[in-house]
Amino acid sequence: MQTSWIPFIPESASTYAPQVDALYFYLSGVTVFFTLLISIVLIFFVIKYRRRSLYEIPRPIAGSHKLETLWSVVPFIIAMSMFAWGAQIYFHQYRTPKNADEIYVVAKQWMWKIQHSTGQREINELHVPVGRKIKLIMTSEDTIHDFFVPAFRMKADVLPGRYTTQWFEATKPGTYHLFCAEYCGMNHSGMIGSVIVMQPTDFDNWLSGNASQQAPAVAGQQLYESLGCVSCHGAKGEGGRGPSLAGLFGRRVFLTNSQTVTADEGYIRESIENPQAKLVSGFGPIMPTFQGQVSPEQLIQMMAFIKSLQVTGPQPATSAAPSPQAGAQTLPTPR
Amino acid sequence: MKAPETFETPAAERVNYINAQYGLKSWLLTKDHKRIGLLYLGSISFFFLIGGLYAMFIRLELLTPQGDFLSSATYNKVFTQHGIIMIFFFLIPSIPATLGNFLVPLMIGAKDLAFPRINLLSWYIYLLGGIITIYALLAGGIDTGWTFYVPYSTTFSNSYVIATGAGIFISGFSSILTGLNFIVTIHTMRAPGMTWFRMPLFIWAHYATSLIMILGTPVIAITILLLAFERLAHVGIFDPANGGDPVLFQHLFWFYSHPAVYIMVLPGMGIISELIANFSRKNIFGYSFVAFSSLAIAVFGFLVWGHHLFVASQSVYAGMIFSFLSFAVAIPSAIKVFNWTATLYKGSISYDTPMLYALGFIGLFTIGGMTGLFLAALAVDVHLSDTYFVVAHFHYIMVGGTLLAYLGGLHYWWPKITGRMYPEGWGRFSALTVFVGFNLTFLPQFIAGYMGMPRRYHAYPPEFQVFNVLSSAGASILGVGLLIPLIYLIWSMRYGKRAEANPWHLPGLEWRTPSPPPTENFLVTPVVTWEAYEFAPPEELRVIGMFREDEGLENADAVIDGKPT
Repeated sequence: MQTSWIPFIPESASTYAPQVDALYFYLSGVTVFFTLLISIVLIFFVIKYRRRSLYEIPRPIAGSHKLETLWSVVPFIIAMSMFAWGAQIYFHQYRTPKNADEIYVVAKQWMWKIQHSTGQREINELHVPVGRKIKLIMTSEDTIHDFFVPAFRMKADVLPGRYTTQWFEATKPGTYHLFCAEYCGMNHSGMIGSVIVMQPTDFDNWLSGNASQQAPAVAGQQLYESLGCVSCHGAKGEGGRGPSLAGLFGRRVFLTNSQTVTADEGYIRESIENPQAKLVSGFGPIMPTFQGQVSPEQLIQMMAFIKSLQVTGPQPATSAAPSPQAGAQTLPTPR
Repeated sequence: MKAPETFETPAAERVNYINAQYGLKSWLLTKDHKRIGLLYLGSISFFFLIGGLYAMFIRLELLTPQGDFLSSATYNKVFTQHGIIMIFFFLIPSIPATLGNFLVPLMIGAKDLAFPRINLLSWYIYLLGGIITIYALLAGGIDTGWTFYVPYSTTFSNSYVIATGAGIFISGFSSILTGLNFIVTIHTMRAPGMTWFRMPLFIWAHYATSLIMILGTPVIAITILLLAFERLAHVGIFDPANGGDPVLFQHLFWFYSHPAVYIMVLPGMGIISELIANFSRKNIFGYSFVAFSSLAIAVFGFLVWGHHLFVASQSVYAGMIFSFLSFAVAIPSAIKVFNWTATLYKGSISYDTPMLYALGFIGLFTIGGMTGLFLAALAVDVHLSDTYFVVAHFHYIMVGGTLLAYLGGLHYWWPKITGRMYPEGWGRFSALTVFVGFNLTFLPQFIAGYMGMPRRYHAYPPEFQVFNVLSSAGASILGVGLLIPLIYLIWSMRYGKRAEANPWHLPGLEWRTPSPPPTENFLVTPVVTWEAYEFAPPEELRVIGMFREDEGLENADAVIDGKPT
């Protein structure tokens, strides 16, 4: 149903929204009808039967079982139609389709932390594609919150200690309000964000970190951060539990099997998708595989980022600074 | 036959409940239900002013989208305290404890309530609860929302949760005692001839309300107690961090707080039945349907609490049952509205202030009730819950319903209570002002709610500003409309025209005793030989003192349209 011409209806951007709107119009119609009916009859009676003399005593009317039955049964039937309609939409919406993409939502005072199944994390923003079923799996770190997107006509409480879900299929690209709808303390009204609905191709670009005209290295850095590489390889590739990446590209690397290998594109790609294949000497097999999670395009961005990492300071690659093995295993290339 | 002697005696010279005794002690230790009603009237008016002040702060803050008038922390306290004061210390006691207290014995022909000392005790308990709550507000306030949802209230809020809870816990007992008193009084102290189906509908409504007070209030007391245990000792009932269930709290809370809505509105419906019948000089259309619909509301009202939990992870099947029952509970209310409207048919309708309030009530209550259906419909509620639509809906019930009925009732019985008339012109003016101001305040909030504006927001996106500006403008008109009666009612206590025993010319028992009534209510125990709202022809009215001789009945162009059946 096309409803955009009707005033005072919020933007409708999910498959669920027009169903809710249709029932809302029915309810509004019945409300306006009965309010007008009562008001007009009331005003008519009040004027027509106004007191004309102080001593006028009208004839008593005891009541009418016919009328009582009429105005009990008719409202009951109307109420039941509303009940059935509302329950039907609700029940349908309650059953989550099996093929929905899963997105995790963690609420805390006062922000929304969102993680896509591909690993992308967002804060107070949710990017979703048009036309795909999205299932939100939600929990809270502290008190009760509520994930409310008016344009989707959907809302569900987000509780600590349990997971609640809701699903939707967006129908229209755009940026929509995300509100916390359950009072959660001081900055409740600041716990807001945006749901950004994109065309599937744009979304895929966004998902691969290429949503705008970013330099691949910048996109690669975002990926590096969003995939959690930072925790082991350091924010600037300085290394840690994993080997240093700064200045890595093109160097020769000592492996645990006493071989050496030149750190080229193939090696980097292999080390991301199958980290156990060529372990750097001095490091355990602790890195998880990212096979299937990083698209070829993203691998390129990742390499662009690694290439951009420069050795900073007094040669951390060779000096035995905080993590001795990190630098010790990468040697300057004999170029 | 001449009217009884009492009607001829000027009120000033007669001994009545006000001038029977003087001094503060005579008021503080009184066992007279009428004086206790006045004590309640003073106290709830005080709390109403505080609650209104908070409302003013809310509307000032929301005038602009930025949170620039109050800090978030202060705003959260302000809306919480507005809700707590208005609900627990104004709306719940409003009609039963003041007008109910004053009129239940008078309308059934009793000398007092069944337990006068318990009645006085209830006022002291209410006062104690109120003082503790005021202490909590002054000490630093509370910011949990009036709903006290856990685990925010048990674990995260740094405000006076327990002190406020204690105030509400204590004041709840005053509700229970009042309810108990009404039930026993209505059962045992009706005057000879006052059968159950001759009782005014005001009494039926109070009977139904009392049932809810007695059965529901203990549940909120237990809930608050558990909340305090959890907050103090972390026993793990509600807080998931300790293995508790936060949704259990919501079930317990709404098990009382939904029926509490009927505690607030049922007495209002009782007043409206009185006003509509009496100011159109008609017996109420379908008396037994209106009477039994009050009882039906009291019973069904206990079965619908789950409609507050449609988006709170309640099971989908529980949601369906609660939705069904919520639609069912709407029917008795609809029956009342239709019967009130039908009562006006071929009546003799006057436009006195109480009637204006009653007509306003019917319109606003219809809107309030119909918008309740939106919230009972599962799919629509998912979108609307916790938005301004809900805020608008319950204000239509509680302000458009209860407050208008309370004001209508207060004007209607004011001559009986004080022995003075209020200024009619000002009364009508304020009734219209309240009606206009109220609609301007809350009608835009329905739209803001469907547009998606969440409630309890200190700052909000700018596209909602237009609705909020309209609301704030309406609230200032509403505020003026409510201040006017406050001024002229106080003024009239001293300077108002002296009221006759029966200024509205009505058949009810409370009008067959002087204004203000003597301490024992009736000089002679009345014997009831008429049905409720039985408007006799003028000759008979003269006998029962409905019309005074000096009004010149002999010369009046009396219209006798028929005899009562």
